[in-house]
Amino acid sequence: MKYKDYYKALGVARDASAADIKKAYRKLAQKHHPDVSKEKGAEEKFKDIAEAYATLKNPDKRTAYDRLGSHAPGQNFQPPPDWGGQPGSGSFNFDDIDLSDLFAGLGARAQGGRGAPMSMPGEDYEVTARIPLEDAAKGTLVDLNLSVPEYDETGQLRRVARTFKARIPQGATHGQRLRLRGKGGKGFHGGRDGDLFLHIELLPHLLFRPAGHDLYIDLPLAPWEAALGATVAVPTLAGEVHLKIPPGTAAGQKLRLSKRGLPRPQGDPGDLFAIAQIVVPASLTEREKELFTQLAAASTFAPRAHFKTEVAHES
Amino acid sequence: MNPEQVEAAWMNEHTQVTLEELATLSGLPDLTLRELVECGALVPADPEGVEWTFSARCVVTLRSAGRLGSAFDLDANALALTLSFLERIGELEAELSVMRAQLPRRSP
Repeated sequence: MKYKDYYKALGVARDASAADIKKAYRKLAQKHHPDVSKEKGAEEKFKDIAEAYATLKNPDKRTAYDRLGSHAPGQNFQPPPDWGGQPGSGSFNFDDIDLSDLFAGLGARAQGGRGAPMSMPGEDYEVTARIPLEDAAKGTLVDLNLSVPEYDETGQLRRVARTFKARIPQGATHGQRLRLRGKGGKGFHGGRDGDLFLHIELLPHLLFRPAGHDLYIDLPLAPWEAALGATVAVPTLAGEVHLKIPPGTAAGQKLRLSKRGLPRPQGDPGDLFAIAQIVVPASLTEREKELFTQLAAASTFAPRAHFKTEVAHES
Repeated sequence: MNPEQVEAAWMNEHTQVTLEELATLSGLPDLTLRELVECGALVPADPEGVEWTFSARCVVTLRSAGRLGSAFDLDANALALTLSFLERIGELEAELSVMRAQLPRRSP
């Protein structure tokens, strides 16, 4: 078993008072709680802090922890033979036990030790599944590989690997939550098995940007296509479609392709919005230059005419 | 051996859960949920109904609020405030996501 320095995790001395431990925990939790912090690694950091606090806030667990002695963090060690009244006394094998599971087990035994064994529900888990947009559109299977604590036949908590495939139905989108009933931690003494909550994240797509079940795509147009109107090919999730660009289309204008977005679990699919962008050639041929020059000379179009009237209105 | 295949169920406005189910799913006691309803932080689909039902969409926010409540020993009022803020953050993030999706990716 690898040693974890719970005092160091909370940044307190080994003889810190309960009040100081609580204060240190709250300060760190405000900074790293995953429901508050968006910092990378906040969840892992908070797990360490919460694990340390769960043990040190409980006088019995803190005493048991102190009896393990002080070791370098990550160092392999064995508890003293009479430590915590473990089954099998000194012969019990601690090698593949995590320190947090050991203390969680102490709590469970303390609760279950008085009278009839206490029924406890299994833990719920939350897992993020990152899937491509195309998979969200048609539904997909994702592989889930979890390492979860489970009680073995001796009542000890052990980490076990669990693998299964979750079917994500058609219609998921970014930020959506799904539930896998009973796929969380195993219940104890008849308690219900926990659930697994899947948080869907869509991987960035080269063309489409999702917003709920709607999709947005940039639609580059040549100036003459925007001015004169045109019919252009636009990719959608279901294949290419031909979109009619009305004459006089301005940059930033959104052209809606109804029901070409992501399917919804219920109701019509979202829409696809093509956002017009007016693009010009990076370099012009002599002929193009000549034609643009002729256009500039012939046109009465004044795209910045409103500057003058608005400046006059302000002053 | 092929891994077991399981179906995922939606947690959205099309799935309704009872108060009892919500307590199980959110990990918050029945009494706390009733307090959240009383102070308006949690709204049943039919507040005047015989048995309250809720949109399953609120489960994840309630779980977050519950975790914060447990991490910081929050009372029911503070929990209600936290839940309201989390819902507001969720709405603002959704609006931000729509606005971001409309920004051109490459400059013309």
